[in-house]
Amino acid sequence: MSTQMHAITVTVNGKQYSRQVEGRLLLSDFLRHDLLLAGTHVGCEHGVCGACTVIFDGAPVRSCLMFAAQTDGHRIETVEGLAADRDHLHPLQQAMRDCHGLQCGYCTPGILMTMKVFLEDNPNPDEAQIREALSGNLCRCTGYQHIVEAVQLAAERMRK
Amino acid sequence: MNVATRNFGAPIRRNEDPRLLSGQALFVDDVELPGMLYAAFLRSNVAHARIRSIDVAAARARDGVAAVYTAADLGDYWAPGPLLVPPPPIEGITFNQRTQVPLAKDKVRHVGEPLAVVLAQSRYLAEDALNDIAVELDPLPAVVDLEKALTGEARVHDDVRGNVAARVRQCRGDYAAARSRAKHVIARRFHYDHGASSPIETRGIVASWDARANQLTIWDTTQAPVFLRNGLAGMLGLSERQVRVIAPFVGGGFGPKIMLFYPEEVVIPWAAKRHNCPIKWIEDRLEHFFATTQERGQTHDAEIALDADGRILGVKDVFLHDTGAYNPYGLTVPINSQCTLLGPYVIPSYDSTFTAIFTTKPIVTPYRGAGRQHGVFVIERLLDIAAHELKIDRVEIRRSNLIPPDAFPYNNEIIYQDFAPLTYDSGNYEPILDKALAMIGYRTFLAGEQQKLRAQGRHVGVGVACYVEGTGIGPYEGAKVQVQANGRVSVATGIGTQGQGHFTSFAQIVADQLGVEVPDVDIVTGDTDQFYWGAGTFASRGAVVAGNAVNEAAKAVRQKILKLAAEHFECAEEDLEIANGEVSVTGVPGQAIKLGALALKANPMRGAVKPGAEPGLESTQYFGPPSGATASGVHAMIVEVDPQTFALDVLKYVVVHDCGTVINPLILAGQIHGGVAQGVGNAFYERLVFDDDGQLLNASLADYLLPTALEVPHMDIAHTVTVSPLNPLGIKGAGEAGAIPVGPLFAQAIEDALGLLDRDVELNEIPLSPGRLFELTAKLR
Repeated sequence: MSTQMHAITVTVNGKQYSRQVEGRLLLSDFLRHDLLLAGTHVGCEHGVCGACTVIFDGAPVRSCLMFAAQTDGHRIETVEGLAADRDHLHPLQQAMRDCHGLQCGYCTPGILMTMKVFLEDNPNPDEAQIREALSGNLCRCTGYQHIVEAVQLAAERMRK
Repeated sequence: MNVATRNFGAPIRRNEDPRLLSGQALFVDDVELPGMLYAAFLRSNVAHARIRSIDVAAARARDGVAAVYTAADLGDYWAPGPLLVPPPPIEGITFNQRTQVPLAKDKVRHVGEPLAVVLAQSRYLAEDALNDIAVELDPLPAVVDLEKALTGEARVHDDVRGNVAARVRQCRGDYAAARSRAKHVIARRFHYDHGASSPIETRGIVASWDARANQLTIWDTTQAPVFLRNGLAGMLGLSERQVRVIAPFVGGGFGPKIMLFYPEEVVIPWAAKRHNCPIKWIEDRLEHFFATTQERGQTHDAEIALDADGRILGVKDVFLHDTGAYNPYGLTVPINSQCTLLGPYVIPSYDSTFTAIFTTKPIVTPYRGAGRQHGVFVIERLLDIAAHELKIDRVEIRRSNLIPPDAFPYNNEIIYQDFAPLTYDSGNYEPILDKALAMIGYRTFLAGEQQKLRAQGRHVGVGVACYVEGTGIGPYEGAKVQVQANGRVSVATGIGTQGQGHFTSFAQIVADQLGVEVPDVDIVTGDTDQFYWGAGTFASRGAVVAGNAVNEAAKAVRQKILKLAAEHFECAEEDLEIANGEVSVTGVPGQAIKLGALALKANPMRGAVKPGAEPGLESTQYFGPPSGATASGVHAMIVEVDPQTFALDVLKYVVVHDCGTVINPLILAGQIHGGVAQGVGNAFYERLVFDDDGQLLNASLADYLLPTALEVPHMDIAHTVTVSPLNPLGIKGAGEAGAIPVGPLFAQAIEDALGLLDRDVELNEIPLSPGRLFELTAKLR
């Protein structure tokens, strides 16, 4: 296995990082273990569960299906960048709390990042649209119902 | 003075959420320590074989590899794991204990069984080194099919004839007599297969040995940290105080994260101590399908004896249970199946025998429902078929057999998983049924709606299924409640938490007792240095057992607060009130002291204290129920089935549930939603497909289908409340209920939608799927 290193400069949550990375290093591992942004969670490493979803140049992507080396010169948002601090949550985070949209919370960061982009594109979604958009993120605890309600509530609050 | 219940029973937002929502909650894989090594396990790629040789020399020589170990390297540390739950005291029982080993030595018994472990500078390098290991295996015939396992030559354990792990017969009354006077006897064969728990966080462990402090610290995705600490201390020759197990935030458990003493849990701490450095192992998703325990299949040959009116006279059931390659969790799953089959019904005679069978497949231990589903499926299907044959309404045959409300406590006269007689503490079943029928619109649907839809060419059916759930079993849990100098209240308990909302529901209990706000109560779960004793989170028992321990400790602290404040104000305790984080003298403005200030007073710097005085405003209390509390419920569903593709559309889903007193309806709804979602997966989407060689053919989330937001329906939930007399808060557990009756509900509703029973097609197996429905209805085409 080649261990050739690549120099990358990537902007994560508005902060620029320059690192040397092995070609095979997954973006998810880079974020979690090199940048210590462990809020992005890894659930399956084959792009199905959606837990590792981050926003890459404005679009939701599975960070387990990308290499860190591919992010050179790009812009990434992770769950750590959603709110200034725990006391000032993003409307989506707040609605998830208000609606009990999370239990173990492991899939939650991926859902937040997916839904953030979804609501930017669809500010007034109906339940069917939310369920469709959510269907790429697996949650084993909630049965999704409270997440759907949370996304509806967040959309309503963000429209105001 | 009464305790106000401002918080208990209210839909309060969770304390733990801000950390989880902002990506700041600590999960095991988030633990990063200097000098850490990373482990990867080499696993068997065949189900059954003798090990001829394992050559690790090349792997050891690879750059970045610190060590490679096989069973031979473990020396005296190598031993089969503990039997976690011994068999209940049932007369005439057969039980052959064969528990898993840390690394396979002579033989491998399922795909994924670990053969060697590599420790390296990174997980990437460790996995590289796995490819350097040369293994020679002599394959043996796999043991997959349960009936063949009993009669075939191949043995999972060379000394266990017929692969019989256990045989248990439990009887109530005289079934043979009941059968002889029955008007109707209906016998069927049923298959019920459960699946992989698949929490989104897989398992993982970090172990760190501190040679200076002689202290081992372990972060583990366990539901039962105290038992894990005790067991590992014993294995490693340490005292319990030298081992600290922390179950931090855990990303879903559902049973298989209990203290299994998985090979990785046993090997990693040993290696950390040997290397004097931290070691991390995180399971990947592929490994989860083999290395984490599952639930799987049972085959039931069951019959029900009824009188002319559809009254149950008795049930006989003989079933085979797949226990996998080892049986560390004893008989919990098949005993639950055996017991839960009795459901909410009066079944005067019962004759149930099961045989648990070793197979060359991953180990079977409890997964949400823990075998209850299998039993519920059998009785509910028998009643559906009986109703059809006797031309009685499906609901009415259930109603006429329900245990009446004046019959509680109701003793079923067999032994349950907690070793106590299976006695239902309390219940009132008919109102639950009526409520579910009203909510689903059962009568109007059958009286015309269904016909109307059918006339439009739509195949829509209704299902109704009843169940009970044994919850909240002992032995005990404890809690320590302590008022801090800053006025906040800390609570520590020994159970682990995997999303159940303990940080909030326990805080609600404390907040009411101590007159503080819920966000002012800090809960610690799953850290053995914070709370030493306990059993763990399983069997829907956290809220019941630990919740009551928290309540008892909070009550004791409340008494201490009142006593000290009465001394402070030189008044009677009756004149005091506790609210808003302070104690005040009723009706005397300005006479108040903050709880934090009072806590400081309870720890004086100088002067003598009274004999027997304890410092601080704190108390540790324990609670152990005499036996489990039995929750109950009814699920109902209206489903549309496409007769060509057999795609399902759940049009309406209703849950009416009785789990006694409710602490937090929001959290309870979440538990039920999640349970139903897993039940939906079990009923129609999730099937572990093993071939004849014991290979799992669909070990990925692309092929093993967890339900998404599109498959899980919207649910309408309602409650009735029948308090449990077995604990002061009157609580029954709710963790598993949602998952239990979904299989028979799907079978019944799909049959109804397609009119299958009238055409002699019965759906007597779970999971179903579009493909399986196509096969089962072949004779209709």
